[in-house]
Amino acid sequence: MTLLECNGITKRFGGLQALSEVTFTITAGEILGLIGPNGAGKTTLFNVVNGVFPPTQGQVIFRGEDITGLPPYEVARRGIARAYQVVRPLNDLTVTENVMVGACFGRETLSLSGAASVAGEVLALVGLEHRADQLAGSLNVAQKKRLEMARALAAKPYLILLDEVLAGLNPTEIDAMLETIRSICRQGATILMIEHVMQAVMSVSDRLIVLDYGVLIAEGTPAEVVNNQQVIEAYLGDPKMTERLMAG
Amino acid sequence: MRAWLRPGVWIPVAIVLIWGLAVLVLGQDTYRETTFTLLMFVGMASSLNILLGYTGYVSFGHIVFFGLGGYMGFYLISQQGWPLYVAALAGGALSGVLAGLLGSAVLRLRGAYFALATIGINEAARAFVSNFGPFGGATGLNLTFATYNAYGGATQALWITFICLWVVTLAVLIASLAVRHSRFGLGLMAIREDEDAAMVMGVKAPQAKTLTFMISAFFPGVIGTLYFFKNGNVEPGDAFQLHMSIEALVMVMLGGQGTVLGPILGAVTYQGLRGYLLTSPIFKSLHLAVSGLFLLLIVLFVPAGAVGWLRARLPKWRKVLE
Repeated sequence: MTLLECNGITKRFGGLQALSEVTFTITAGEILGLIGPNGAGKTTLFNVVNGVFPPTQGQVIFRGEDITGLPPYEVARRGIARAYQVVRPLNDLTVTENVMVGACFGRETLSLSGAASVAGEVLALVGLEHRADQLAGSLNVAQKKRLEMARALAAKPYLILLDEVLAGLNPTEIDAMLETIRSICRQGATILMIEHVMQAVMSVSDRLIVLDYGVLIAEGTPAEVVNNQQVIEAYLGDPKMTERLMAG
Repeated sequence: MRAWLRPGVWIPVAIVLIWGLAVLVLGQDTYRETTFTLLMFVGMASSLNILLGYTGYVSFGHIVFFGLGGYMGFYLISQQGWPLYVAALAGGALSGVLAGLLGSAVLRLRGAYFALATIGINEAARAFVSNFGPFGGATGLNLTFATYNAYGGATQALWITFICLWVVTLAVLIASLAVRHSRFGLGLMAIREDEDAAMVMGVKAPQAKTLTFMISAFFPGVIGTLYFFKNGNVEPGDAFQLHMSIEALVMVMLGGQGTVLGPILGAVTYQGLRGYLLTSPIFKSLHLAVSGLFLLLIVLFVPAGAVGWLRARLPKWRKVLE
């Protein structure tokens, strides 16, 4: 079943063409990796999908409904959640309260007590349960990234957008995070993730799409994508990189 | 809800409840007058806190709702012969509706821009009322002494007004607590911390902010009507004093924004200080300068205010200090 469909998404900021005619679909239950060099338009694509700004042209269809140009809170209620690249915790609220915001205003729009119990479950899933009563501002970077995930998960979304959740984490933390991502997926959520840590994104993704200067230049399984000549030139930079990646 | 049983929830309400009762039992005019002024500022600061403390939007226009709502209520009493209670609610309702209209326009602005716009609103309201015929223009409106006869004479009317204000102050505190411990309030605090992130999480920020602005504006309208009714007259200079907006801000910041107890503490402390400054020979013409300095020091060194500062240092007391 097609969960999300982007048809010919174009976004211009004044004279800057950030996205041109980007078309792709996500099937329910898969993990789709979105890669590309810096400035390729990956985060812009996320912003268009979850309504932070409308596309100049094109359509976003989510679960059969046209959600193009809806404000972010309407998109959130339809079941798309997002974890930011630059973490944005609500500093003066506790970790639990942060996650409760996600649960209260997400797809299920729970009551406070319902949200509190969901927050407990989700914090256990991402491994933050022992920090539940701390203020979010007092967490370290890795924990804040987990909090971002927890908030997104608490909304019980159909689709989760993960923007570089692995950036800035050490190898152990990356492994733990990948395990969390896989377990989220097993629980039925679909994931679209932007990632630069190639080893990781190759191992966790079912498919990859590649953006370069706002254009979708490749789409396919991780193996197909890293052998694509255009991708090697635009992003990987070095043909030997592909061999190394394929070797794992 | 379990939250309602926590001591922090009923302490602020209990303080004001017992305080008002004590004044009623003692029955002395001087206590009544002092308490009236204090409760008025508790009500103003607490209602401002519903906007400032929970959503983080700094408004210098709080006094507009006091002035315009008060004018409306006073007009209904003096010119239309409405009873005090209905007129006060009507004054509040006018302030609320006005906030709804203003809010949908001005709350698009963030941070300093919103604060600046609210200063403009204060000046615009004063200019409008000064030139508005039905409200008496620059000279304002007066009550005839006979109006008080309907309430059993002037003395009785003063007591009735006091009781009304006491009830309204309690209502502000209960509204503040209800917002703080609700799903709606959680959304507001998310807006305060990061509005864009809150919207991405599904908080309907534009609607939530406007509704909060309306709740916050309703109470000053009621309080304004009671205040001007007690005074027996209203004029533009009294109704729209920008410095009262600023003083309300100082009270909220001093006591602790985003807490229920904070504005009570802040209002009483600030009024005490002001009373001292106004009567002291050295500071008597400098009291606004001192409150300005106070605001500066609070923002620099204790941005969370007294209650916020205590909450951060005494985690065990958090249940009591709400």
